[in-house]
Amino acid sequence: MGMTLIEKILARHAGLDRVEPGQIINAKVDLVLANELSAAVAVNVMRTMKGAKRVFDRTKIALVEDHFVPAKDAQSANLARQMKEFAAEQEIEHFFDVGRGGIEHVVLPEEGLVAPGELIVGGDSHTCTYGSLGAFATGMGSTDIAAAFVLGEVWLRVPPTIKVVYNGMLKEGVYAKDLMLATVGRLGIDGATYRSIEFHGSTIDALSITGRSTMANMAIEAGAKNGIFHADEKALAYVRERTDRPFVVERADADAVYERIVTIDVDALEPQIACPHTPDNVHPISEVTRDRVLLDQVFIGSCTNGYIEDLRAAAKILHGKKIAPSVRVIVNPGSQKVWLQAVDEGILKTLASAGCVVNTPGCGACFGGHMGTLGDGERCLSTTNRNYVGRMGSPKAEVYLASPATCAASALTGWITDPRVVASAPAYS
Amino acid sequence: MEKTLRGRAHTYGKNVDTDVIIPGKYCNLVEEKELGKHAMEGIDPEFSSRVKGGDIIVADSNFGCGSSREVAPIAIKGAGVGAVIAKSFARIFYRNAINIGLPILECPEAVDAIAAGDEIEIDPAAGAIRNLSKGTSYKAAEFPPFMRSLIDAGGLIPYVERRLAERA
Repeated sequence: MGMTLIEKILARHAGLDRVEPGQIINAKVDLVLANELSAAVAVNVMRTMKGAKRVFDRTKIALVEDHFVPAKDAQSANLARQMKEFAAEQEIEHFFDVGRGGIEHVVLPEEGLVAPGELIVGGDSHTCTYGSLGAFATGMGSTDIAAAFVLGEVWLRVPPTIKVVYNGMLKEGVYAKDLMLATVGRLGIDGATYRSIEFHGSTIDALSITGRSTMANMAIEAGAKNGIFHADEKALAYVRERTDRPFVVERADADAVYERIVTIDVDALEPQIACPHTPDNVHPISEVTRDRVLLDQVFIGSCTNGYIEDLRAAAKILHGKKIAPSVRVIVNPGSQKVWLQAVDEGILKTLASAGCVVNTPGCGACFGGHMGTLGDGERCLSTTNRNYVGRMGSPKAEVYLASPATCAASALTGWITDPRVVASAPAYS
Repeated sequence: MEKTLRGRAHTYGKNVDTDVIIPGKYCNLVEEKELGKHAMEGIDPEFSSRVKGGDIIVADSNFGCGSSREVAPIAIKGAGVGAVIAKSFARIFYRNAINIGLPILECPEAVDAIAAGDEIEIDPAAGAIRNLSKGTSYKAAEFPPFMRSLIDAGGLIPYVERRLAERA
């Protein structure tokens, strides 16, 4: 009997010929990630571990300041300082300070720190993003991360795999985000709990690497341990441009055993919206726009949609136009590199001229940290990944999730708007 | 080994996520007691003033879904909660709770039968749940053997220390 893609990766990292779902394994890790919030707790835990003086490998740890950056207050500054001191003390090779990194999940692939077949754990639930490059990557809490820092290995229960197959071509105005919102809506927020999602099909073959990142990123929104794509020529080219480190490309066996196979036909798929207050409360946009859903804020950014192609999609819609007077639009490019690229392409000028405010790279308003926190009764349309009660600030606020194009189109009108009809929608100029 | 716990039940529905357990704006706090003051604030703003030491959170399925923030179970512990009983737990929360020593029990029958305010007694090691207000008893799902050995060893930290000692 064959193995799924992650069973192959996990077996190799555990030094075993084969593994099966349910099996507990000890697996070697290729990279351990933490941000200033998860690192602060992990470092404190590590200090209490007898015999834990040094990290297992100073070249296989990445520390990224991204959640409350630039520091919103003294408490946040102290956490960042603590991580920076730890990085210096342990001579951590991959430490990304403010201005040299951005959002961890945008930065790591960009910097060549993720390669196919690798096993990566991170102190952030969206670590699953790296499945876009064929890596097994999963989020953990800080004590587990502290253990990985010193041992260079983690215990894992091998998850069963759900195969999701996408057939058809995405229509104009429909993006990877819409595909994944539809998937989370179909599976439900606990539909893949303790499971791996393996993405297949002609639709995803046509997606860019960062489009795949958008999808793998939200695997956790269905409760999954990870979401993963096979590394194709496009993925290999992306990685080889960024690192010359050797890696092993794994493939699922033809007779791999899947717990279930879900098929999604995308030919008729329209833009999707996750309505409050769970990411699986997903509806086609035509259902949502039957009523006028007025907005106070639009947010474009995050580890889900903070990539250059996301900013391009927004800029294309906003070019030469003004956003509606009733909304504020906040943009957080995903990384310093994305920010610079957006400068080079004139995207930031387009966005700022339209009336958007462009923040520094980082998580920003996504988790209600700062730089765009919502007030009581406010409603936000966002390119982020979660819309739980209080996610972006007040528990009395509402968050809707959509693609950057839908967000940009809605910024023009002031209410949730289908990006496919924006040309005929009223616009302020 | 964990001791017997006794307290009043605070009941919640399904998919209680980490954003309501401890909202993002508090994630820069580090002290357990400080975090405890904001536990469950997103779903139950009065929780921290109402909860008494040893009380039990009882929730439907997928408790703790969302973020990997370890401060979620830490905040619950910091508020004085003795244990969480749910129909099921989200994956990362499950690991985190065990790692920081917050007793968690999976028991759908108990969740369906417990009402807010019921007095509950729990023997975490045995997985035994008694509803003292109603005179009923339940048995929680057993932990997989590896998890049981991790809990019995005192959590992940002693496990790591042992692994390090083996290597030295």
